[in-house]
Amino acid sequence: MANRKKVGWYLIFTVPLLLIFTLIVLVPFVIGIYYAFFQWDGIGANPMVFNGLDNFVRLMEDERFLRSAWLTVLFTVLSVITVNAAGLAFALLVTSKLKLANLARTMLFMPYLIGGLILGYIWQFVFLDVFTLIGDVTGLESIFFNWLNNEDFALFALVFVFTWQMAGYVMIVYIAGIQGIPGEVIEAARIDGASGWQRFLRITVPLLMPAFTISLFLTLSYGFKIYDVNLSLTGGGPANATELFAMNIYNEIFGYGNYGYGQAKAIVFFVIIAAITLTQVYITKKKEVEM
Amino acid sequence: MKAIGNWSKEILLILMALVFLSPIYIIFINSFKNRRELYENTLAFPEEFGLQYYTAAMERMDFFNAFANSIYVTVVSVIFIVILSSMTAWMLARSDNWVSTVIFMTLIATMLIPFQTIMMPLMQLVTGISRTTGIPLYNTLSGLIFMNIGFHAALSVFLYHGFIKSIPISLEEAATIDGASKFGVFWRVVFPILTPITATVMILNVILIWNDFLLPSLTLIDKELRTIPLSVFYFFGEFTIEWNLAMAGLTLTIIPVVIFYVLAQKYIIKGIGEGAVK
Repeated sequence: MANRKKVGWYLIFTVPLLLIFTLIVLVPFVIGIYYAFFQWDGIGANPMVFNGLDNFVRLMEDERFLRSAWLTVLFTVLSVITVNAAGLAFALLVTSKLKLANLARTMLFMPYLIGGLILGYIWQFVFLDVFTLIGDVTGLESIFFNWLNNEDFALFALVFVFTWQMAGYVMIVYIAGIQGIPGEVIEAARIDGASGWQRFLRITVPLLMPAFTISLFLTLSYGFKIYDVNLSLTGGGPANATELFAMNIYNEIFGYGNYGYGQAKAIVFFVIIAAITLTQVYITKKKEVEM
Repeated sequence: MKAIGNWSKEILLILMALVFLSPIYIIFINSFKNRRELYENTLAFPEEFGLQYYTAAMERMDFFNAFANSIYVTVVSVIFIVILSSMTAWMLARSDNWVSTVIFMTLIATMLIPFQTIMMPLMQLVTGISRTTGIPLYNTLSGLIFMNIGFHAALSVFLYHGFIKSIPISLEEAATIDGASKFGVFWRVVFPILTPITATVMILNVILIWNDFLLPSLTLIDKELRTIPLSVFYFFGEFTIEWNLAMAGLTLTIIPVVIFYVLAQKYIIKGIGEGAVK
C-alpha cells in the first residue's frame, strides 16, 4: 500500500515533463535515424523509397557538403582559439584590483545577451560602412574593406563576430576559475621569486584547467553548431564560402527538399559533435590538477 | 607616480570596453540619420534626434505585437520549465533506484543532440499530430511553448538535480513525519530552498528562449505570431535594406535586452557562471 502510494507520487512528479520531453526530443531523434535511410522529398503523398546506406555513401562524394564540413572545422578551430584567448584576457583584466573592473565586466558581457541573429545584422552594417570608411580614411584598405564580399575573408568575419559574441561569456567562466585560486599560492610563488609571467604559466594556468575544460567544451559545441550569426551576417555567401554545417543541413532539407538525404547529414552532424565534445572533455579532464 | 599609473590603467580598461561596444553605439547614432547623413559619414553625430525612423520601423516590424508574443512565449515557457523540471529533478534525486538513474542519464545524453538533427522529424511529428488529432501544436504560440519545455527540460533538470543533491534531506524527512504529503513537502519545504538555482534556471532559459530563432521560424507561420527575432529576420528579408530604418529596428530590439540586463545584472552574471560551470 505504502509502496503503491510512493509510485503514484513518483509518476505525478515526473511523468508530465518526461512525456513532453519524450515527444519533443526522443521520438523525433529516433524517427530521424529511420528517415536517414530513405529517399524522400518531404511531401506526404509521395512515396518514401528505402535506399539503405546510399545517403551516407553519397555524403562522402558531395563536394559542397565536404567543403562545408572543412569550413566548419576551420571556423571552429579559429574561434576556439580567439574566443578563449579574448575571454581569458578579459577575465584577467577585470579580476585585477581596478575600480572600474566591475563596470568593464558588465560591458564586455553585453553582446552575448543580444543574440546571434541581431548581432549578425549589426556587424553586417559595420563591415559594409564602417570598415570601408576606416579603410578610406587611414589608407589601410587591404585590412579595412567589406570582408563579407570576399570569399576568403567572409569566414574570418564570422570568426570575428562570433568572438565578439562569446568572449564575454567564457570570460565569466574564467573569472569563476581565477577567483577560485587561493591568494596564498600566488603570494608564496611571489616570495619565492617567480616573475609575473612565471606565476601565470606555472600556477594560474594549471589551476585554471577546470575552467579551460568548460570553456573549450562550450566554444567547441557552440562553434560547431553555429547558425544564427551565419544566417544574418553572411547568409552562407559569397558563393557558399561560409555555408557551415548547420546551414548546409537546413538548406538540403528545407531549401532543396531532400528530406532523407538531409536527415542523413543531420545524423552524421550529431555523431561528429558527440565524438568531438566527449573526446575533448575526456582529454582535458585528465589534465586537470588536484589542489 | 603610482596613482597616475593606476589612473591610466583604469582609463585604458574603460576605453577598451567602450571600443568593444562601439558597434552598438554606431547602430544607435545612425538610427537618427537621414540617407544623406548616413552616406556622408557613418561615425559622425546625427544632426537631430528625430524619432521618425523608429515609428516607421515599429510599424513595419509590427514591433509591439512581436514584443508581446516574445514576452508571452518566454514567460509561460519559463514558468512551466521551472515547475516541471524542479519536480522531476527532486523525485529523481531523492529516489535511489535504477529507473531514476536511467532517466537522468538519458536526459544528460540528449544534451549532445544538436537541434538540426531533430528539426525535420520534429516538424513532421508536430504537423502530423496537428492534422490528425486537431491538437494545435503547429503554428501556435502554445505549440511553441510546449516544444520549448521539451527542449529545455534536460539542462534545467540537470541544474536542479545537482543543487538538490547538495542540500540535506533531514528537513524533508521531518516534514514527512509531521504528516505532509509529497506535494506539500516539495512546495512548502523544498522549493523555497531551491530559490538560488531557480534564479539560474530562469535566467538561462529566458536568454535562450528570447533569442531563439530557428525553432520559432519553423513552427510559426502566421505573420501575427512572429516573435522579435522572427520579425527582425523578415524585416531584413522583405525590403531592400534602408539602413536608417534597419538601425532603428535593431535598436528597438536591443532596448528590452539592455533594460533586462540592467535590472537583473547581478543574477545574470551569477546565473551564467553557475549554468556553465555545473
